[in-house]
Amino acid sequence: MPHISPSATASPLEEVRRKVKLTEHTVENVNSTDFPGTYEEYDDAWSQEKFEEKFQIDIVSLSTTEMEFDMVGVDAAIANSIRRILLAEVPTMAIETAAIWNNTSIIQDEVLAHRLGLIPIKADPRLFEYKPKDAEAGSSDDTLQFSLKIRCSRNNVTTDATDPRVLFKNHKVYSRDLEWVPLPGQDHLKNKGIGPVDKDILIATMRPGHELDVDLYCVKGIGKDHAKFSPVATASYRLLPEIRLLREFHGEECERLQKCFSPGVIEVRETPEGKKMARVVNARMDTCSRNVFRHDDLKDGVVLQRVRDHFIFSVESTGILPPDTLVSEAMKILMGKCQKFLQELDDKANSFTSSKDKHRKGKKS
Amino acid sequence: MAHGITATLANYRTSLQSPSTANIGQEANSSGDESCQTFILNDEDHTLGNALKYILNKNPEVTFVGYSLTHPSENKINLRIQTSGKPAIDVLKQGFKDLKQMCSHMLTTFESSTRYYKENHMDVNSDMDQS
Repeated sequence: MPHISPSATASPLEEVRRKVKLTEHTVENVNSTDFPGTYEEYDDAWSQEKFEEKFQIDIVSLSTTEMEFDMVGVDAAIANSIRRILLAEVPTMAIETAAIWNNTSIIQDEVLAHRLGLIPIKADPRLFEYKPKDAEAGSSDDTLQFSLKIRCSRNNVTTDATDPRVLFKNHKVYSRDLEWVPLPGQDHLKNKGIGPVDKDILIATMRPGHELDVDLYCVKGIGKDHAKFSPVATASYRLLPEIRLLREFHGEECERLQKCFSPGVIEVRETPEGKKMARVVNARMDTCSRNVFRHDDLKDGVVLQRVRDHFIFSVESTGILPPDTLVSEAMKILMGKCQKFLQELDDKANSFTSSKDKHRKGKKS
Repeated sequence: MAHGITATLANYRTSLQSPSTANIGQEANSSGDESCQTFILNDEDHTLGNALKYILNKNPEVTFVGYSLTHPSENKINLRIQTSGKPAIDVLKQGFKDLKQMCSHMLTTFESSTRYYKENHMDVNSDMDQS
């Protein structure tokens, strides 16, 4: 028996609603159609109960910097909002201003300032406020100060070595040379391990006599303003692939079929009678290359699809916050946006009715 | 701030830091028909626009909903709602409520899944300490 997934028996309409079909030259059923009025036989009106019934999250892997999880039962519009918020709207702390007291290295002031800005700073942004736009100096609530004071000098060695590591001291400036200067009132941050996430980011190279003396000021910001504030290295999703074999594949065909897909997708087994047979074991691994459509004798036996509401998210943090915290924060931010507008609409309605009342009273008197 | 040679990094701040008082506005509607209106959402883009469009499309009372970014350098969206009779503003409110409730459920599900994963798959000392 060929391997047939349960959905193979689903109605054609259900397929159109739930699957994106990959054909040789086109992609079919790309758009969501589950809206009221599209289908007579479905009630597609929004229902929180129905949503809660089918919504599901499965964590596949999780570490301090990376995470993969499946989000099932949402529309692309929602999944994409979460992704976009992760990239551009979850705040972090980053260096915003560099006061350069001395820079005699060969790297220009503005290039140095830019490089410093991009260093991920380990500090929980939730402990800080946004710096008010008109504030000149930062306060302990909104600013972290670092200092970079380093000078390259000759090492007192009498060798004929040419290696700068032997000849010079501090000839390479790394992110570990940034020193946090707690502002008055930041004592509570002292056990939070504030500093650069990675200690070995090269900032500049120097020669004896070169010197850097820079004061750095970090503020809270979001990726929409500048990419240095983005809390993720990448945040992306893909749809779960689904591969169905419509007929049995035997003998030589099996290996060819297997090679059309990513490793681990198709398994070739030998039956007790000594015949080779192919079956789908892990469609998730597939990159959906559609290579199978290049084989005229194979392509009619395979259906390639993607499940429209099954998102495989991959989130890679810069290391400032763990990836699961970032996703939680992103969801909270989307909730916050709704709350903000709801509040404003309510305030507006109230002020409108109260001004109407005033107007009426004015007329009476 | 210190006086030195100060190099301030590129800073084209949105109104994020000092939010303008009004984040939502309504286009004047000459006909006075409350069932068709265009709302202006300041400081928003596809992130909220598309999610909102989806949830409003799910409302059977909505006959049309669409949004557009007015211009790449203008930080706002126009959201057009037409209904089969109900005031558009009520439908919009319902949309925000539904979206918020949906996110709330997503958040609790996500947090319980991560908690479960951490309890079952993670040796706090080995896995989390790879940095």
